[in-house]
Amino acid sequence: MLYPDTVEAEVLVHKLWFVATMFGIVLLVFMAFNMSGTGFAELMRPVIGEPSTSGLYGRFAIGFSIAVIFTLNVVLIGFAPLKLQIGIVWLELLLLFIAFFETFHLSLPFIREKLPFLISQGVVTTLYVSAISIVIASVIAVAGAVAKLSNNGFAYAIASFYTSFFRGLPLLMQVYLIYLGLPQLGFVINAVPAGILALSLCYGAYMTEIFRSGIQSIDRGQWEASRSMGFGFALTMRRIILPQALPVIIPPTGNQFISMLKDSSLVSVIGVWELMFLARTLGQKTFQHMEMLISAAVIYWMLSICLELIQSRIERHYARSKVR
Amino acid sequence: MSAQAIIEAKAVSKWYGQFHALKGINLTVHKGERIVICGPSGSGKSTLIRCFNRLEAHQEGEIVVNGVTLHGRMSNVAAVRSNVGMVFQHFNLFPHMTVLMNCMAGPMWVKGVSAAEARHTALKFLERVRIPEQANKFPVQLSGGQQQRVAIARSLCMKPDVMLFDEPTSALDPEMVSEVLETMTGLARDGMTMVCVTHEMGFARAVADRVIFMDAGQIVEEGTPDAFFGNPRHDRTKVFLSQILKH
Repeated sequence: MLYPDTVEAEVLVHKLWFVATMFGIVLLVFMAFNMSGTGFAELMRPVIGEPSTSGLYGRFAIGFSIAVIFTLNVVLIGFAPLKLQIGIVWLELLLLFIAFFETFHLSLPFIREKLPFLISQGVVTTLYVSAISIVIASVIAVAGAVAKLSNNGFAYAIASFYTSFFRGLPLLMQVYLIYLGLPQLGFVINAVPAGILALSLCYGAYMTEIFRSGIQSIDRGQWEASRSMGFGFALTMRRIILPQALPVIIPPTGNQFISMLKDSSLVSVIGVWELMFLARTLGQKTFQHMEMLISAAVIYWMLSICLELIQSRIERHYARSKVR
Repeated sequence: MSAQAIIEAKAVSKWYGQFHALKGINLTVHKGERIVICGPSGSGKSTLIRCFNRLEAHQEGEIVVNGVTLHGRMSNVAAVRSNVGMVFQHFNLFPHMTVLMNCMAGPMWVKGVSAAEARHTALKFLERVRIPEQANKFPVQLSGGQQQRVAIARSLCMKPDVMLFDEPTSALDPEMVSEVLETMTGLARDGMTMVCVTHEMGFARAVADRVIFMDAGQIVEEGTPDAFFGNPRHDRTKVFLSQILKH
């Protein structure tokens, strides 16, 4: 939390120098681009005449109009209450984003035709591969963290070797090593289990470190209090230490989950039909790459947003014992 | 004294690395006895009582608690600990549990008591430390004095044979010291065996059967409160008492 001062400063976007500077920069930037071919220039036709022949005057007029709209927009949003500000800015950025994709002239019917398969095959595979990997990685992480904190030389050595190795290799290489390497040892492994194994081991290694720091953040007094009541190690860990470590662990772990969701795209290289694989292959035949890639991008993003929401809910849940 | 000994320490020595923290301590705590241990910081008084439930390991000598000898390879340490309550300077309540749950956890998880019974016991002891109305709050919502009283109730719920207090009032605001001391005095009156590390000399005078003064890892002087405060024999004790009774 950035604790705000009680002395209210004037809102930045209402300071004259800031507004003027912003106006100037926007004006210069849009004058630097030749906007005469755009829809906005067409809208300006009554003022500047034929856009392509309007020259410097045209550029200035277009840049000036955009700068006025932009600055006015920012200044007005500055008056709104916090929640509304956040909503409006999100919405505007989203609209700009959509406008950007509009310029690709994507074929909507094509997307509509392929989307069901992209979801029923791709999203489902992506989700279950990441979900299983997340569960396994979490289990590995708890075990690894305890091992790294223990006084047992074997446990510590194995756990630190493991985290060092799997954090030290690129995930893509781990995917290849497991998929292509294990058969050399006689274990023929399918693409999906190989992918899950690689993701679990890699993320288990990162999450081991997160869990370790979470467990270490708990005051020694908590251990002593539970010991003094006769709690054994497992009970202390499960009921006292881990529940308190969770609020510390959850934000970085949420990060890992989101990251894993997207890194599950790496298993596409060994032919798992997940979202990324389908996004690359479905559009190939008709050279409609962008349609599928952008659809997949939006789907990845929406899935990540879901995880973000879940994470913030859990964080709020654990904030309970901290409020006065 | 003919009463049964609950804690017996014989020639207990402890080192932290090179530092000799306890130097051959001999101490017997009898059932129903109230002992106050005082002494300058670093004298080993906290270390000593932390050895009594083996939060700390001693290297030489013998500690027998309720007939069980404490050592590094014991398999029944949990049984010993659950019979020895401990109250800490910084309370060490479990912040993620309600006050009630803090008190129910030990009996339920260690002794296998049913939830209903644990709840009944917890409410009884919260009543006894005079904060039953806070049962469903979380520890951070309570004042320091209230938290320490919850910590006492939490220990009592385990129905211990002896209670160890490790400077229970040192982290409290002056106003809250008395509410905790009153609770402890009440406990003493009810016959609880207690070993208190504290600098509250008024409490020691009123409650203790024996006062022990430690310095540099040794017991320098021990005696009844009257003898200890009225007629200290050692110079080190006199200096200490004059320092802390000056204010």
